[in-house]
Amino acid sequence: MVELTLPKNSKIQTGKTWPKPEGATNVRKFQIYRWNPDDGKNPQVDTYFLDMDKCGPMVLDALIKIKNEIDPTLTFRRSCREGICGSCAMNIDGINTLACIYGLDEIKGDVKIYPLPHMPVVKDLIPDLNHFYAQHASIMPWLETKTNRPAKEWKQSIEDRKKLDGLYECVMCASCSTSCPSYWWNSDRYLGPAALLHAYRWIIDSRDEATGERLDALEDPFKLYRCHTIMNCAKTCPKGLNPTKAIASIKKMMVDRHV
Amino acid sequence: MRYLTDRKRAEGRGSAHAGTEHHWYMQVSAVGLALIVPTFLYIFGGAYGGTYEEVIAVFSRPVPAILTGLTLFVGLKHFQKGWAMFVEDYFHGTTRKVLIIFMTAFVYGLIATGLFALAKIAL
Repeated sequence: MVELTLPKNSKIQTGKTWPKPEGATNVRKFQIYRWNPDDGKNPQVDTYFLDMDKCGPMVLDALIKIKNEIDPTLTFRRSCREGICGSCAMNIDGINTLACIYGLDEIKGDVKIYPLPHMPVVKDLIPDLNHFYAQHASIMPWLETKTNRPAKEWKQSIEDRKKLDGLYECVMCASCSTSCPSYWWNSDRYLGPAALLHAYRWIIDSRDEATGERLDALEDPFKLYRCHTIMNCAKTCPKGLNPTKAIASIKKMMVDRHV
Repeated sequence: MRYLTDRKRAEGRGSAHAGTEHHWYMQVSAVGLALIVPTFLYIFGGAYGGTYEEVIAVFSRPVPAILTGLTLFVGLKHFQKGWAMFVEDYFHGTTRKVLIIFMTAFVYGLIATGLFALAKIAL
């Protein structure tokens, strides 16, 4: 159900302001969402200052510097630092993106960092993605075949392989799904752009033999048809993918087998 | 609080095997309305400001009368289905069902009233 105001225990309060680095001339202000499930307090926004002459160029560099040098309690996910693992997805300057490939020079003014919107928060910048991953699992993200396995390999033409471009690159960072208003209001039933993009990746795979079953499983007013082509997903995707197009292609396939 | 696994929550009650018909209807009616509404407005605009007898004469002709009937029916059906989608987006549970029932009844009432008025004028 749509909620127009935050619950009482989710209202954000002003947090701690950490001291500015001494002697620094190129200082930048960071406002970061903090919430600890163990202290019983409301979420707060802490303010940090960094000497940009001693900081790397990406938002993740700044977060790591804050954690290492100012506040070791700051909690966030990160791993590959090159946009391939999808761990460090967060809301930066109002955009869901990967902190490791988002440059600080792309942000004007103070740097505001929040967890991915409309998801339960585990701690600080870490959202609970269990439901998101379960939705991904529900679309059977693997090759389904009925024909006996060939001796060597499942062959695919160059043209058919090209159809997977723009789909297989998804790193499941959840930036798209958490930017989608339809997913905000109905994530319990709507699969969201990420899961649907992956669903289409397997539907369109020439080697997969479960196309009908996959379409059957998606033919639902909520699982698929909650997409209203808002296109926030395509706008925010840090990998430049277009889940809206994939969803539209699924809808087209549904119509083609219906009419 | 229910102790359900994430997978159980994600699977829900499975697929309803519906939605494509609604999607296709909205596509077709949107294209239809894109043609019907401007034509209807052109005819309505021509009759607008005329005397009672002139307006009756316009809507007594077959094409304006049929077009008005189509605009009423297709437009309001499109509105009703769009409204249902809006309600499904923003409301859950009993509120959702009550609002959909209320709007469906309201829209059919409007269609019937409009067609009755049109019949009185045209026939």
